[in-house]
Amino acid sequence: MGFVARIKWVVFPLSLLPLANLVSKAVNNNLGPDPANALTHGLGEWALIFLLLSLSISPARRITGIGRLIRFRRMLGLFSLFYAILHLMAYLAFMLAWQWQTLLEDLYKRSYIVVGAFALSILIALGVTSTKKMMRRLGKQWSQLHRLVYVAAILAVVHFLWLVKSDYTEPLIYGSILMLLLTLRLHKVKRLPFLNR
Amino acid sequence: MLLKIKKRSDISSSEITPEHIYHDRRRFMQQSGRFALAGLGLVLAGCSQEGEAIDKKLQADAIPSQPGPAWLKKKVLEFKPNVYTTTEALTPHKDVTTYNNFYEFGTGKGDPVRNAHTLKTDPWSVVIEGEVAKPGRYHLEDILKPHSMEERIYRLRCVEAWSMVIPWIGIPLANILKQFEPTSKARFVEFTTLHDPEQMPGQQASFGSLDWPYVEGLRIDEAMNPLTLMATGLYGDILPNQNGAPFRLVVPWKYGFKSIKSIVKIRLTEQQPKTTWETSAPKEYGFYANVNPEVDHPRWSQKNERRLPSTLLSPNRIETHRFNGYEEEVADLYKGMDLSRFY
Repeated sequence: MGFVARIKWVVFPLSLLPLANLVSKAVNNNLGPDPANALTHGLGEWALIFLLLSLSISPARRITGIGRLIRFRRMLGLFSLFYAILHLMAYLAFMLAWQWQTLLEDLYKRSYIVVGAFALSILIALGVTSTKKMMRRLGKQWSQLHRLVYVAAILAVVHFLWLVKSDYTEPLIYGSILMLLLTLRLHKVKRLPFLNR
Repeated sequence: MLLKIKKRSDISSSEITPEHIYHDRRRFMQQSGRFALAGLGLVLAGCSQEGEAIDKKLQADAIPSQPGPAWLKKKVLEFKPNVYTTTEALTPHKDVTTYNNFYEFGTGKGDPVRNAHTLKTDPWSVVIEGEVAKPGRYHLEDILKPHSMEERIYRLRCVEAWSMVIPWIGIPLANILKQFEPTSKARFVEFTTLHDPEQMPGQQASFGSLDWPYVEGLRIDEAMNPLTLMATGLYGDILPNQNGAPFRLVVPWKYGFKSIKSIVKIRLTEQQPKTTWETSAPKEYGFYANVNPEVDHPRWSQKNERRLPSTLLSPNRIETHRFNGYEEEVADLYKGMDLSRFY
């Protein structure tokens, strides 16, 4: 087993820990009196964290010079999609109790739901096209398509920011991290000597 | 004027403290309170037989006694049940006291119970000013002294679309206001929460959209409505700090944010007060903030609510009622008003 493969065996179960933690809290009735809200929020937050982690791989490669880090990018991106889908499921099952009419109303009336739905659609499209086969088939278009991940990340932060009632601290922290990750991708910034090895 | 059960069928009562257990608990609280006071040498209450009669399971289940000033405890424990009640299942004491919106102690629901121990509730004084014949700074003890305590079980509907059923202890606001003789110019009542970032760490927060101190207000006729309560107690004991100790407003037909906590000032005014949430987001929170399923919050629906505690398998989603089910008592106050404009 190679070095990367061995680390992957550690990263993979680590990425499932947040889910295990939420599930065990749910089972032990430890999510407070409004568990639907706590669970949905927790899953959404982890989807965003994994999205930011996957976006930090390319800058991290350049800064550290460890090219093999690229091997984690897809896995982290897929974990983001995984948590985002669970986030949607928790919202549908526990917040809406499968009342489809309310979902349609939400999509029609509430901007933060629409924004979240867009972000998730992008993640699904990227997840479906994340296989080696699709990469080969799409060729040059693949990297163009996968630039949509930036749009998804921005929408995800807006989705969070928009549903907050008063305290913007958390979404602003995620927003600043995203800004930093996007800034590191600007051509001028990219070529700064201390950011390359 | 007994308030009727609205949606008994919607509540999975297995999840919630049945009322009779609460009443047992209340008896227990009253007794244990008396013991505590007897220990302090304040009240003579040597009825050990009653004490022994308390069932052991109940003791294990008992609600922990709130620390607080003895005079207030004594006053609160004199409460009598009131006609304003409901047969809906009570939200358990643990949920009522650990799931709170009290941004002065942090914006997470669990923050107030963790942080509110820094609040000093004794001595506590309240400034009464504006359009009253007897303005001044009064000790809470003197404000409460002439009145008797009532227990009222009210529904509380949060603007975030969850709700609880809570047994408050308090005094109708109308009785308290009359004590200070409002003038004919008094058209509104403005309430202010304590502003002290050292006692209230949430007031130091940097990225919040609220200005401190927290201010709320009512029209004078709303304030004088018999449903409007100034609470000093909860679940047969004094208020825990995280629930707005020692003195808070409870307006059951309005969204929870109107029911301002830890009040240090009551001002009677001619002009409509500028209230905190209305100032922070006027399109989302109005001065009236009456519970109304027909007027959505711009970012979420108000048609339904999650009656807490909810569980994942039974979310306890119930329909929201106009004026939180108190239509009969308060609808007259808003006759002829367009409630979608005055939300």
